[in-house]
Amino acid sequence: MLSFDLEFRRGAFALRAGDALESGAVGICGPSGSGKTTLLALLAGLLRPARGTIVFGDEVLVDTTTGTFTPAWRRHFALVFQDGQLFPHLSARDNLLYGYRRRDPAQRRFQLDEIVDLLEIGALIERRPAQLSGGERQRVTLGRALLCSPRALLLDEPLASLDDRLKQQILPFLLRVRNETGIPMLYVSHSRAEVEFLADRVLRMEHGRLEPESGHADDHR
Amino acid sequence: MTAEEWQALQLSARVALWATVACIPVGVFVAWLLARRDFPGKFALEVLVQLPMVLPPVVPGYALLMLFGTQGPIGRWLDQSFGIVLAFTWQGAVVASAVMAFPLLVQPIRVAFRLVDARLEQAATTLGAAPFDAFRTVTLPLALPGVIAGAVLCFSRSLGEFGATMAFVGNIPGETRTLPLAIYTFMNVPGGEGATLRLAIVSVALACAALAASHWLTRVTERRLGYRDQQMGRA
Repeated sequence: MLSFDLEFRRGAFALRAGDALESGAVGICGPSGSGKTTLLALLAGLLRPARGTIVFGDEVLVDTTTGTFTPAWRRHFALVFQDGQLFPHLSARDNLLYGYRRRDPAQRRFQLDEIVDLLEIGALIERRPAQLSGGERQRVTLGRALLCSPRALLLDEPLASLDDRLKQQILPFLLRVRNETGIPMLYVSHSRAEVEFLADRVLRMEHGRLEPESGHADDHR
Repeated sequence: MTAEEWQALQLSARVALWATVACIPVGVFVAWLLARRDFPGKFALEVLVQLPMVLPPVVPGYALLMLFGTQGPIGRWLDQSFGIVLAFTWQGAVVASAVMAFPLLVQPIRVAFRLVDARLEQAATTLGAAPFDAFRTVTLPLALPGVIAGAVLCFSRSLGEFGATMAFVGNIPGETRTLPLAIYTFMNVPGGEGATLRLAIVSVALACAALAASHWLTRVTERRLGYRDQQMGRA
């Protein structure tokens, strides 16, 4: 279980958010600039909170009262960015294996072949990111995140740069990842439809505040 | 070419090579600091790095003599502790060249670091790479064309170093008389016209060779890094 209670400030913007995630997917909806990406960056360890805690299971990752701060590379929370951020100088295969090679072998949960099959990317594994389409790139990014055997998967608008047709192609893969891996997922998007399609529970972010969405997601399925 | 001319050419090549080799690790580190970090005194470091480029070259040469000369505080310490003498030796010429060429090395590397998307480094850290690991496997490879461009500029500038070398290590045949100093010397010697012309031609040839090598290396690196695929993909 991943629980957090965080405060963060940058200029006039203030974020205050708390929640607890079990396995399964939690969606966060909200307009751009509401702090969704900031929240993911705080959870991933790319930003330091002004105050608060992040606890995974019985491991305290962040506690500002004791000065505990686990850096991003020891958290094993994979973050999938909106525009992929594949390493342009590495092949799809080396991108996929980047996190895998850095993970303690005893902690690895997936093998390359499994993920390649799951995401159907076998045909493009030797290509460079520049030779992949937007949809292919996003699938490789997702595979790279899974292959580092994350304890939680943080998805920041992973479909935002894709057109509707491609979104329809990727969503089933995300659903498959959710159903077959059991990794807690935090899915951020400004699109309600996407969030409701994937998430068991939907939260709303507005002006840096995280609140439960009124109305249950299941109603819209 | 006479033996004396060859000697100047070989000495120049040796000095420029060592200056470049010595500058690269320091230059990469300083360029990274300037491109990626904010710290107190950053502006002072920036000024210090750029200073040799905007000063008359004899001034850094004079400063080196004051600091690293046999009577200078650092020079005396180096001599007494390690037996290293820089003043009026070819090693001193390396130091003079390195100081003068350093800004030209740092500038392209710094630009190259800036152009590497910092989010790629963040992606690397969320995938389990500690900062130096991310630097080694993501930032540095992507900035490699800039490092090569900087190294070539540094090498070329070292070959042409004149003022600081003259001030710090003098013009000693076989020890500190590099190509430009030899040309200058021959220009002031009656009957030296032939040697001057020959060495001038050699200088032009060396400069052209360095530029061609840089062009080729950059192309190879860019292809290896996938920049070329990208251009084709977009066309």
